[in-house]
Amino acid sequence: MHEYSIVSALLDRVENEARNRGAVGVHAIRVKIGDLAGVDRGLFATAFETFRAGTICAGAALTVVPVEACWECPRCGQPLARGAVLRCAMCLEPAGLARGDEILLDSIELEVP
Amino acid sequence: MCDSCGCGDPSIVPVEVQERILAGNERTAAHNRDHFHREGVLAVNLMGSPGSGKTSILEATARALKQEIRIGAVSGDLATSHDAERLRAAGIPSESITTGTACHLDAELVHRTLHDFPWRKLQILFIENVGNLVCPAVYDLGQTANVVALSVTEGEDKPLKYPPMFRNADLVLLTKTDLLPHLSVDVAAIHDALARVMPRPRLLPFSAVTGEGVERWAAWLRERRIALFLQEPARDADLMPQLASSRA
Repeated sequence: MHEYSIVSALLDRVENEARNRGAVGVHAIRVKIGDLAGVDRGLFATAFETFRAGTICAGAALTVVPVEACWECPRCGQPLARGAVLRCAMCLEPAGLARGDEILLDSIELEVP
Repeated sequence: MCDSCGCGDPSIVPVEVQERILAGNERTAAHNRDHFHREGVLAVNLMGSPGSGKTSILEATARALKQEIRIGAVSGDLATSHDAERLRAAGIPSESITTGTACHLDAELVHRTLHDFPWRKLQILFIENVGNLVCPAVYDLGQTANVVALSVTEGEDKPLKYPPMFRNADLVLLTKTDLLPHLSVDVAAIHDALARVMPRPRLLPFSAVTGEGVERWAAWLRERRIALFLQEPARDADLMPQLASSRA
């Protein structure tokens, strides 16, 4: 249940941003969570519902954008098939993760007086 | 102020942040890493399920390396300090990190614990994480290497079920291999599963009971220590599974 500590880091970060910009509220929060981030997106949303009460994010709409994992060959750039051995069949290079491990605060919408 | 209609409502201002949510943990981890590098301490984050044999690995490591390398450990434990007590009994300076309800260690917990622990006198610091194949994978602690203990009793598909844990592992110790004669576990299937989640799969069969793999594990740690000083990745090609024999 590390989703709770990630949400708590998210709320701190957003609160900071809101304070620095003189906002009175947060209208929306958009985060990106990759398939290989080790974060359950459903639990993340539940944790957000629980923890936002009493914070500047109490009325914020949360959007969690999923990012599909993509492995590719670092030499030829060829993406690997899902579930395949993580080695390029042509170059024999170990694959690199192009995307899918992000736990990212993408953007927010602040309510500024 | 909303100036389109004069209603007095606040205006909505979009802000592109594009920042990792765990950036705070990553900063503390970088700080820890900097400390370890400056003092020449190899920090190993040892992870694995509850009961996968993490503490037994460290006891066997102490038996093998105690006279040669100064090792110590901090152990994450939800409620007890049993692991740290076992390690002290094995002659390893050890401190427990009681996490309460937290299912993982983070960089700040490690940092705080090290303030009262003589880690600078060590050559290898093991950070024994909380027994869990999910949460510890998400938190950088400032370690130089990630090692995952996977016991033969856990089933062949664990790597496929918990890819984030194995993706960032530098080495997987396949523990309790002394039990293999009593089980119908196919070690080749574990190799195959690992090759699908770990780009540079390295699996070392290990038994704290028979001593299988202990010498190769010790050699791996020695290579890692040398690489720490040379600042280059260790070459442990002999631990590569036979990819040719794994099912494509």
